[in-house]
Amino acid sequence: MKNSIANNPALLSRIVQSVDKQKGKWIGWIMIGVVLMYVSVLILAPLIALTVNAFERGLGAVIASFSQSYVLLSFWNTLWIGLIVVSIHAVFGTIVAWVFVRHRFPGRDLINGLVDMPFAVSPVVAGYMLLLLFGRNGLLAPLVEATGIRVAFAFPGMILATLFVTLPFMIRELIPVLEAFDTRQEKAAATLGANGWQTFWRVTFPALRWGMIYGITLTFARALGEFGAVLVIGGAAQGKMMTTTLFIYHALEERQYIGAYSAALALGLFSLVLVLGSDRLRRKGH
Amino acid sequence: MNTLLAGNPKTKTTGTPLPWGRWGLRSVAISYLIVMLVIPLLVILQDGMREGLVELWRQVTLPIAWHALKLTLWTSAMMVVLNTIMGTLTAFVLVRYEFPGKTILNAIIDLPLAIPTLVTGVMLVVLFGPQEAIGSWLKEQFDTSIIFAPPGIIMALLFLTFPFVVRSVQPVLLELDLAQERAAATLGAGGWTIFWRIILPPLTLPILTGALLSFARAIGEFGSIVIVAGNIPLVSQTAAVYVFGEVESENRLGASAVSIAMVAIAFSLMMAANYLRKLSKKGSPEEIE
Repeated sequence: MKNSIANNPALLSRIVQSVDKQKGKWIGWIMIGVVLMYVSVLILAPLIALTVNAFERGLGAVIASFSQSYVLLSFWNTLWIGLIVVSIHAVFGTIVAWVFVRHRFPGRDLINGLVDMPFAVSPVVAGYMLLLLFGRNGLLAPLVEATGIRVAFAFPGMILATLFVTLPFMIRELIPVLEAFDTRQEKAAATLGANGWQTFWRVTFPALRWGMIYGITLTFARALGEFGAVLVIGGAAQGKMMTTTLFIYHALEERQYIGAYSAALALGLFSLVLVLGSDRLRRKGH
Repeated sequence: MNTLLAGNPKTKTTGTPLPWGRWGLRSVAISYLIVMLVIPLLVILQDGMREGLVELWRQVTLPIAWHALKLTLWTSAMMVVLNTIMGTLTAFVLVRYEFPGKTILNAIIDLPLAIPTLVTGVMLVVLFGPQEAIGSWLKEQFDTSIIFAPPGIIMALLFLTFPFVVRSVQPVLLELDLAQERAAATLGAGGWTIFWRIILPPLTLPILTGALLSFARAIGEFGSIVIVAGNIPLVSQTAAVYVFGEVESENRLGASAVSIAMVAIAFSLMMAANYLRKLSKKGSPEEIE
């Protein structure tokens, strides 16, 4: 019996076809329906609700809320924090990923676990850690006083908090790219007389480019949306230094719903375009 | 020079031939991680322990703190169960079926990763809030509220962690050999038997990895929850929101103690997920690089 099926390709393919057909019947449609319903309720409906509510009183109300100077300032602050954080991580993240992939030394596995740490630390705790260091009674309070640079409740603290929260993205994005890179290309370049820098810029860097761009956009998007850590280190009550997320939070508390909803929508859409767009680019780049 | 080229391509060498460049890079990388991660973590450990372990435990088990931690854990656990089922189902549907809107669905999965969590909270309040259409209808018909209550917390967590299980299961499902299922069906196995005995076993590790990662991610969530659940002690206050309140009221010991508890739980969950991921990589020797 077994033999006759195996020796008869026509029969075998008929059986396979009938099995495959059976599988795709009504149970398949039920599963597809359940998944589509779930995604619609959980993800699409909230997104549509926010869009509808932001424009409840027309486009004019949205534009009016965006043209208030402190709203614009909050966007500006967020953008600056994002840019500074991205530049720091682009340099140091690349170095950490490089050292992790190319060097062999004791404690290397420790680095691997440590890099993921911010994923497990609540943003509130991240902000609180910095407060313990730089706050009024913090460990580094004497240093803060001596230099006169305010960290807590000020711009530098918000940058440090965002740096902590976004640390893994660049490194995690680059490690697999570096691991897949064939080092023979570098050796060939060295053989042809290129020095270390030339090899890096002309051989290694072009291969890392797409990974870097994606890592940078992920870091940037995450930095723009950071809330908990910035709220704690920025001083929730004072609210002098506004970022977009802090503005949304305060606007909700003061029941300025149109302002809060439209800022939330703008921030959400911007991050979305950033991440999904660079993902497309990366797939094309490969 | 030729010996360089003849070397085994697998051996990693540094791109910078100078030894000082190599040591320089390494110390830059390590100091960066120490300054950014190790020092803040040590500071919070030291602050929580300064009155001793007994006091740390007392702070964690104070009624409001204890309730907040328990609420965080059980809402996260509920999310993990739902997310595991729906995530696996979504991955299965995406890999095995063709239907209109499939590419859009595949893109939507990653949407929660791109949207700031505060915005997620705002979106859910707008949809299910007590003054909104659906929220008030639910209140009238079933006397349940989603916002400012545990269901809202679970929904927010489900939104945030939706990609984790899907993206962990999807690649493994793609690699599965259909021939095994066909063979089972030819031998008379029903759909249910095929699912339990052929499809599910190789998916166990990726499903568990995704589940643990979403659990770890959920423990510390703040942005969406503070909007969706508010800050009502003993009702809808989660651990992260509790820490925020204690920081604001300058109760350092309480804030540090619950922070340490949260970090410890989330970090062990994540380490377990990493271990499982390594395990499943070892399990597939024919993996192509």
